[in-house]
Amino acid sequence: MEGDIVQMGAYIGAGLACTGMGGAAVGVGHVVGNYISGALRNPSAAASQTATMFIGIAFAEALGIFSFLVALLLMFAV
Amino acid sequence: MASDQATGGLQIHPMDQFIVKPLFGGDAIHWYTPTNVTLWMALAVVCVVLLLVIGTRGRALVPSRVQSIAELAYGFVYKMVEDVSGKDGVKYFPYIMTLFIFIVFANFLGLIPMAFTTTSHIAVTATMALAVFFFVTILGVVKNGIGFLSLFWISAAPLVLRPILAIIEIISYFVRPVSHSIRLAGNMMAGHAVIKVFAGFAGVLGVGAVFPLAAITAVYALEVLVSFIQAYVFAILTCVYLRDALHPNH
Repeated sequence: MEGDIVQMGAYIGAGLACTGMGGAAVGVGHVVGNYISGALRNPSAAASQTATMFIGIAFAEALGIFSFLVALLLMFAV
Repeated sequence: MASDQATGGLQIHPMDQFIVKPLFGGDAIHWYTPTNVTLWMALAVVCVVLLLVIGTRGRALVPSRVQSIAELAYGFVYKMVEDVSGKDGVKYFPYIMTLFIFIVFANFLGLIPMAFTTTSHIAVTATMALAVFFFVTILGVVKNGIGFLSLFWISAAPLVLRPILAIIEIISYFVRPVSHSIRLAGNMMAGHAVIKVFAGFAGVLGVGAVFPLAAITAVYALEVLVSFIQAYVFAILTCVYLRDALHPNH
């Protein structure tokens, strides 16, 4: 019984941890949206900033991946 | 799993595709056992050799199709290293090219139905990320000596903020191999699991299976894009870390 409650808590926690991916989605969308709006204003400078955009995406995405990692840890390691 | 069978046989095991199995029977896995992971890694290496060694053997002035693909890949990565790491980062271009090409081929080979995605395993990506982490750290210390620590001491910030920023910078430095490896593995694993879940829906819907099949097609197309972008992101982050190691004082 006690193990069941622990497992239930772990599963609920894993589900809750996945809400962090929404934050990563907002972050990635914000980065790309701002890149596009900047690129439309000054298309000639856009190509040189593509790499910066991808680095920004990667950093925003990393935090969502940490929530995924927490979910995985709760599912398989706790 | 008994309840699954009671509700009409909707059985989805999206993670089963990531099980490491020995190639020639048996269950025991030692460090020398050939498994499906080693097989697909070897195939990735074979593809790299076919493209970059056999494909460019002609060294034609007017390149053949395979040779122009190889030249495009070379030029693409070279420009990336030059843009992000600077001129003195170009010396380490072969390492980044190796990482990029290997990850691209591992990802793309994993997209073949029934294939095994080696990069979906954190063990594989963590090895590459830790190699990058130690390489970059050792390079930074060798090149800059104690000055490498100025990476954590941001001189552009106000003096009161610097100790706090230093703590944050140190934490973010040591989290790098974690995020670097899990980004790639997580993206590959999640994408393939999504395809598998839709495939499970398609299996039980009968005629209605056209909808999950359409979804699989769309997700698959997205996965082709993600495969390339994640390899690109892995390589470009390696370039960023390399730049930090070569020029720690921002």
